[in-house]
Amino acid sequence: MIENRPILNLLAHLTLILGVCIVALPVWVAFVASTHGPTAFMSGTIPMWPGDQMIANYSQMLGAGVSTSGTPPVGVMMFNSMIMALSIAIGKIVISVLSAFAVVYFRFPFRGLAFWCIFITLMLPVEVRIVPTFQVVADLGMLNSYAGLSIPLIASATATFLFRQVFLTIPDELTEAARIDGAGPMKFFRDILLPLSRTNIAALFVILFIYGWNQYLWPLLITTSSDYYTIVAGIKRMADAVDGLPQWHLVMATAMLAMIPPVIVVVAMQRLFVKGLVETEK
Amino acid sequence: MKRTIFSNQLLPWLLLAPQLVITFVFFLWPAGQAVRQSFLREDAFGTRTAFVGLENFARLWGSPEYLNSLQVTAVFAISVTVLSMGLSLLLAIAVDRMIRSTRVYTTLLVWPYAVAPAVAGILWWFIFNPTIGIMPYLLGGFGYDWNHIQDKGDAMTLVVIASAWKQISYNFLFFLAGLQAIPASLREAAAIDGAGPVRRFFDITFPLLSPTTFFLLVVNIVYAMFDTFGVIDATTEGGPAQATNIMVYKVYFDGFVGQNLGSSAAQSVVLMVLVLVLTVIQFRYVEKKVAY
Repeated sequence: MIENRPILNLLAHLTLILGVCIVALPVWVAFVASTHGPTAFMSGTIPMWPGDQMIANYSQMLGAGVSTSGTPPVGVMMFNSMIMALSIAIGKIVISVLSAFAVVYFRFPFRGLAFWCIFITLMLPVEVRIVPTFQVVADLGMLNSYAGLSIPLIASATATFLFRQVFLTIPDELTEAARIDGAGPMKFFRDILLPLSRTNIAALFVILFIYGWNQYLWPLLITTSSDYYTIVAGIKRMADAVDGLPQWHLVMATAMLAMIPPVIVVVAMQRLFVKGLVETEK
Repeated sequence: MKRTIFSNQLLPWLLLAPQLVITFVFFLWPAGQAVRQSFLREDAFGTRTAFVGLENFARLWGSPEYLNSLQVTAVFAISVTVLSMGLSLLLAIAVDRMIRSTRVYTTLLVWPYAVAPAVAGILWWFIFNPTIGIMPYLLGGFGYDWNHIQDKGDAMTLVVIASAWKQISYNFLFFLAGLQAIPASLREAAAIDGAGPVRRFFDITFPLLSPTTFFLLVVNIVYAMFDTFGVIDATTEGGPAQATNIMVYKVYFDGFVGQNLGSSAAQSVVLMVLVLVLTVIQFRYVEKKVAY
């Protein structure tokens, strides 16, 4: 701050408080809705303060689910989401770190071509090539499986680039020293490269976990068996109530539960998250 | 470029294999199929396909629905980008003034990043529900009859708000990082020369922030065009009367629901070209750091 202007400071605080309120508004409304019984939504507007049905609603969703919507209990969907998010995050990190190692530390024919094949995935979001990708997965018999949920989303150009940048900053002297000491490439990779990129791996993990957890279109398409529904895709199925109005209190309880794991990850790992975000994207 | 390299020839291919196999099977092959299919037409039973050249593309340009979708996408992407970037810049400037409370405010503002677009859509859909939502009630007080199920403008407003809300935290983090990278000495010098806060913002801060702004502009357009599928599907499903049928949603809808594979593939190809252009812009200009 350059000079002390109390009015500007006050204005900044007011702006921020208003901003925080706007940002929090939908979640507050959802939370309030999730603590009321079904009758609170029959007429008039939604209540603004929490009701007394919170424990009943959440335990119903986690344990039994809504039988009429054809979705499994939220507990099952959260478990599926967790598997999908972890597989995507770990899978992306593993294959990216390996390919970045290959591209940076080896010279081989068609190296440039291999690099461009990876690069081009940046330009092909799953939404864009959705119909043929679905056909491939169906032909491989991967519908309704954890493999089908995660493997097609695992290739990642951004993660490969990030690791490439990290490796390029690691001094050559270190590699030379390792070679003089008789370390082969895999030993060098395991004992020097991986430990040196630990923070980058952790930061990337946070972002990729959220990416995996929040997937929507893909799980919606390739899961027809409710055993494999993920929670984000499941909410939509619940909200599209077959008979009449959605059961708002239960839909909102599910929305709250769907938000909790990724929000915890972001808030708890904020420093790593910001580091990962700024480094991967820029 | 590394000076020290390992000399194995087989090992690098083994290391690259998982990435290349997945890229080929789930990215390049489907993309190739989309391109191939965009030149074909299947008959109603899917038994015969004929090569029709560019006819699928020609039909797109003659289709009022597709032209509408282009227009809807443009309005949507621009509104989301302007709204979320504007709000986040304001918030970032405010936080940048803070000395002690930076961390608290940042934490309170970053978490929407973690919310899935589909969930964001559901939350705002609930708030704007015409019968029980809180916003229609408040707007009713001003004499406005909100109904995003029937009114095109209301539906667009709903999806723009939900999408922009979700993107505020991302833009905020980048603007804040950009602001904090500006040397304080520059602004101090300007202050000594008698430039007030507003003058300093427009003469110093904003120009120096232009690389960040440009980067975010591209990222936000990409986000609005491709990552908002969940918002649309969870709220309006492209309706009412095509008012929120953005291009990505139309690819999905024509391909899966309408079973019009040739048209859907042609739309995929158009989108791929668009992403290609945006990615190239992003890399060429952002990597070279646009500084004025």
